[in-house]
Amino acid sequence: MIKLLEAAQPGFKPPGSGDFIFQPIFGHSLLATKPVVLLFFSVILISTFFIISARKAAVVPSKLQFAGEAVYGFVRDGIGKDVIGEEFQRFVPFLFTIFTFILTNNLFGVIPLMQFPTMSHIGFPVSITIFVYFVYHYVAIKKHGLGKYLKDMCFMPGIPKPMYILLAPLEFLTYFAIRPLTLAMRLFGNMFAGHLLLMLFTLGGEYLLGSAWFLKIFSAISFSLAVGLSFFEMGIQCLQAYIFTLLVALYIAGALADEH
Amino acid sequence: MNTHLFIKAASESGPSPVIPKPAEIVVGLIAFSILFMLLRTKAVPRFEKAYSERTNAIQGGLERAEVAQREAEIALQKYTVQLTEARGEAQKIREDARAQGAVIIEDLRAKAQEEAARITAAAVASIESERQQAINALRNEVGALATELASKIVGEALDDQVRQSRIVDRFLTDLEKSN
Repeated sequence: MIKLLEAAQPGFKPPGSGDFIFQPIFGHSLLATKPVVLLFFSVILISTFFIISARKAAVVPSKLQFAGEAVYGFVRDGIGKDVIGEEFQRFVPFLFTIFTFILTNNLFGVIPLMQFPTMSHIGFPVSITIFVYFVYHYVAIKKHGLGKYLKDMCFMPGIPKPMYILLAPLEFLTYFAIRPLTLAMRLFGNMFAGHLLLMLFTLGGEYLLGSAWFLKIFSAISFSLAVGLSFFEMGIQCLQAYIFTLLVALYIAGALADEH
Repeated sequence: MNTHLFIKAASESGPSPVIPKPAEIVVGLIAFSILFMLLRTKAVPRFEKAYSERTNAIQGGLERAEVAQREAEIALQKYTVQLTEARGEAQKIREDARAQGAVIIEDLRAKAQEEAARITAAAVASIESERQQAINALRNEVGALATELASKIVGEALDDQVRQSRIVDRFLTDLEKSN
């Protein structure tokens, strides 16, 4: 197949990061590009759905309310309550927003017509991570005080003193640089790679369709792979939203814990 | 070759994808904030309200069921006790009745025996008196008959009272002697 692709190379331009750059849909504003429009569309979509489904707050829920509650309950109990414990309630709105926001924007990647995971533009994962960064540091400093927070962070108990030379900077880096970086990069990387993969098989299939007759068979393979991978991507999109939210909950739980 | 092309394409198409655009970060912050405020004020409190109401409803239902069950148990206990009491009472009444019956039968028997004894005694007495009467009557009769017979045989009128009794006495004495 690779050989065949190589044979077909002269005309085929594989998708690259350039395909992630969009011209404004209207006017010249950067705010009118596809990712930004999708992002705000997701805000409208999520808030409309959950406000309508929660509006009645009936004891015996309608189907819509049940659907809304299922997602809310998943974040509230499955992530918030299980990970954070006692004080989980005040973090539920934050976790709920993160989960629904990421999930919806990720799923845009496989929804026909949209077909672009907003989170594959690193700016958006970064903006969510900024909130997370401030929240978990704020929570910890408010609970333990800045001095104790830093001390607990860098000097874990029960470790031989010379080891602190190595461990203290590492722990400090973990909390202040590695955590936020990995949080944003993981989400961005998964969405970016997934979208690239789908584009490769779709564009490849399209290109092969216009080639010699015997290559049309491979075009069919390429397209069916694109469809199969779309389902695979859907799984990854849900998983990434879950992992992101779970990690945020873990960071908050760590910030609230008495010992790090 | 593919990788080479990919890298070429990436380097050709402007900035690296891992460098965030400040504008997009700002847009992301704004979008997230809007969504957070909306969900926090409009959705989460309503969901929580539904949760707590449902919990209350279920808990209330459970509590009511528990109360009902307790009441049912108390009632059952009461009825069981009452039933036992009633059974005991019935048993007592039966025993009383049996005892009373025995007493009544005993009474009746005693009375009947008494009556029988009385009747027997009366009969014995009347028989005795009748026998006495018969003996007396017989004696007079025998006397008269004997006198009459004797007078007939002797041919002598024994009208004289004194003589008559003397003769009878003599006769009787002789009779007794001969016996």
